[in-house]
Amino acid sequence: MSAHAATAHTAHAHHDTSFVRTYVFSTDHKMIARQFLFMGLFMMIIGGLLALMVRWQLAWPETAVPGLSVILKDTGGILEPSTYNMAFTMHATIMIFFVIMPILAGAFGNFCIPLMIGARDMAFPTLNMLSFWVTATAGVIMLSGFFVEGGHAAAGWTSYAPLSAVPQYTGVNWGQNLWCIALFVMGIGSMMGSINYITTIINMRAPGMHLFRMPLVVWSLFITAILLLLALPVLTSAVAMLLFDRTLGTSWFAPSGGGEPLLWQHLFWYFGHPEVYILILPAMGIASEILPVFSRKPIFGYHAMAFSMIAIAFLSWIVYGHHMFVSGMSPSLGMAFTVTTMVIAVPSAIKTFNWLGTLWGGRIQFTVPMLFALGFVSMFVIGGLSGIFMASTPVDIYIQDTYFIVAHIHYVVFGGSIFGAFAGIYFWFPKMFGRMMNPLLGHLHFWSTFIFFNWTFFPMHIIGVGGQMRRIYNPMQYEFLQHQQHWNVFMTYGALMLGAGMILFVINFFWSLFAGKKAPLNPWNSNTLEWTAPSPPPHLNWGAHVPTVYRGPYEYSDPDAREDFLPQSQAPVGAGARRHH
Amino acid sequence: MLDWWLPENVSTFGRDIDWLFHLIYAITGVTFVLVAAAMIAFLIMYRDRPGRRARYTHGNTTLEIVWTIVPALILVVLTALSAPAWSKIKMTRPPSDFVVDVTAKQFNWQVKHPNSDKVFLDEMHVPVNKVIHVDLKSQDVIHSFFVPQFRVKQDAVPGRSIIAWFEVTKPGKYEWPCAELCGFGHSGMRGWIYVHSAEDYKKWAAENLTAETGGGAKK
Repeated sequence: MSAHAATAHTAHAHHDTSFVRTYVFSTDHKMIARQFLFMGLFMMIIGGLLALMVRWQLAWPETAVPGLSVILKDTGGILEPSTYNMAFTMHATIMIFFVIMPILAGAFGNFCIPLMIGARDMAFPTLNMLSFWVTATAGVIMLSGFFVEGGHAAAGWTSYAPLSAVPQYTGVNWGQNLWCIALFVMGIGSMMGSINYITTIINMRAPGMHLFRMPLVVWSLFITAILLLLALPVLTSAVAMLLFDRTLGTSWFAPSGGGEPLLWQHLFWYFGHPEVYILILPAMGIASEILPVFSRKPIFGYHAMAFSMIAIAFLSWIVYGHHMFVSGMSPSLGMAFTVTTMVIAVPSAIKTFNWLGTLWGGRIQFTVPMLFALGFVSMFVIGGLSGIFMASTPVDIYIQDTYFIVAHIHYVVFGGSIFGAFAGIYFWFPKMFGRMMNPLLGHLHFWSTFIFFNWTFFPMHIIGVGGQMRRIYNPMQYEFLQHQQHWNVFMTYGALMLGAGMILFVINFFWSLFAGKKAPLNPWNSNTLEWTAPSPPPHLNWGAHVPTVYRGPYEYSDPDAREDFLPQSQAPVGAGARRHH
Repeated sequence: MLDWWLPENVSTFGRDIDWLFHLIYAITGVTFVLVAAAMIAFLIMYRDRPGRRARYTHGNTTLEIVWTIVPALILVVLTALSAPAWSKIKMTRPPSDFVVDVTAKQFNWQVKHPNSDKVFLDEMHVPVNKVIHVDLKSQDVIHSFFVPQFRVKQDAVPGRSIIAWFEVTKPGKYEWPCAELCGFGHSGMRGWIYVHSAEDYKKWAAENLTAETGGGAKK
């Protein structure tokens, strides 16, 4: 099949050079990856600015946010409670659905899968193009919600019914409707992508690329795609039901018409918990890719790494109830979800120990991607450990809906997913754009992010234990929270500096894009197949032949090899397979 | 610092929760220190230096088994230790003849005390050292009954009536926020729970509950 596709593509290659076909409606997986990356980074700016607005209000309640008076003319830049609710709702919605998913699953999925399994493109290139444009349309719909009467959705990213189901409860009308429509469309785009990833990985691996010779990042994206395929339809159904409740007079979730509010929570979290692993698995894969390269060592426990991800994928379906311990769901069911939640911590522990095992005895090179991968591991450890507090149901009674939860989710999705995304960007940038990023700016960006990330998010554990609820507009309205207000000020300084540090990344990214040093074929002396293609790889990735695979992806420092790396496609001595080079 | 930032606990089952909290603090704290120490040690010991070559190893089955079993055992024990408290707080409850009816709405707690139809807004009075049942309802969206110092939290779900309970061991005035986002007035939706000695409660009830039934504080 791939041979046939390749011939067909070669015949077309000369006609595919128009600007629109190359940069806009491209079917090339690498261009689609770049499009997802640019979309995700653009949305990250919006999501980040919303977060800073939230932090400003929490530190200095009801004072004008600098620069915001241009937009909020009526209040002179002061956030009103409804605007504040909108800001945190849209911060989370944008970061989860339009930053992390497009970058990790969209950009790295598209870029890495074909190149690392030795395929010339995705199985369905046109569907792949559609997947991006449908997702981009969803992004536009989501952003349009900021401009409608009544403002954007303000019921939290979890949009619990009936608050979200009945317009007069929030005063938000079309904002919430557009939120539903945008997520529905995004779900369709994501389904197109996931079908493509699964088909490509199953059918289009290069000769010799057995499943257990696949790089772990491909494993992680394969499992992520399966979760996406099965979880997103639950969300799309739920948001459709919510939209029908709001516009057509159905009553799935509002009790006034016989609906059940907890049904929304069951549907949302049945999607929502696999979603958390959709956000973190690709980052785990990226870290598993980078740690061996810069430790110059095989990954420790390759099979344990692959199987623990499979275990996480299965278990992710039966832990979702731990979001609902105090929701009114049967407490006996809560006990059952405690057991599964404790169990899912085990594969995460296995992965952490294997990452440490990979470092042990290595020859560790502190490059920028390596620093971000190490940052990922250490922050993921904190995020994983804080999860144990919530798994214990009695403790969860107290910390549910407090800042402890906010701390936990940020250690997992920022310390985890976003650190993983940065690691991946610094690592694959040379292959993706053919130029090297500036290491000095990269180091500064890492240290700024690492320090100010912890500065901003670690104290959230403390004020959460102190009882501060999430999603409150003004902590100073509560007597029992006033004594810890200095932490809110402290964290906001951290958040502002965390945001400022990102400017280093933006400068580095665009400067390197146009003026960076030209990247060699294999700048990191890495083993996997993408580094055998030119930087950046041309359409169809390789010349006359796709590489043949002779070994696993992590053969570093083999005592029998001349160099400290042994590419997957390098023929064993005496095999006489020269033509594959 | 001694309480690790937890507010003072004044309820009976709060002790069980705090004990588990401190246990998990200890377990996760030790784990974090060990993992971080190992990581930092490896990063220093195995940093790239001229002339040395990395160890060529693909893993170790014994280690894999050990680091699967040990966390699993710790988590099993933790589950077993969590179960009794959960059962005590949420799955069963001690009987009580003191039932307070709480109906949440945007953005108030509406409270009816036993043997009275009078509705109090954001104000509840209960006796100390007595099991209190709260019959929790909501008339619009989901709210959450949260009293940090009682270590109690229970969502109020429209269309349902859910019984939460607590027993306070120290008289006083305790803040009672709503913990679930319930709209633009969520922040600031809070009441006060006054815990009186038995005699003081009787006195308060005589003065405030029987006088004008169904009138007064109702808005």
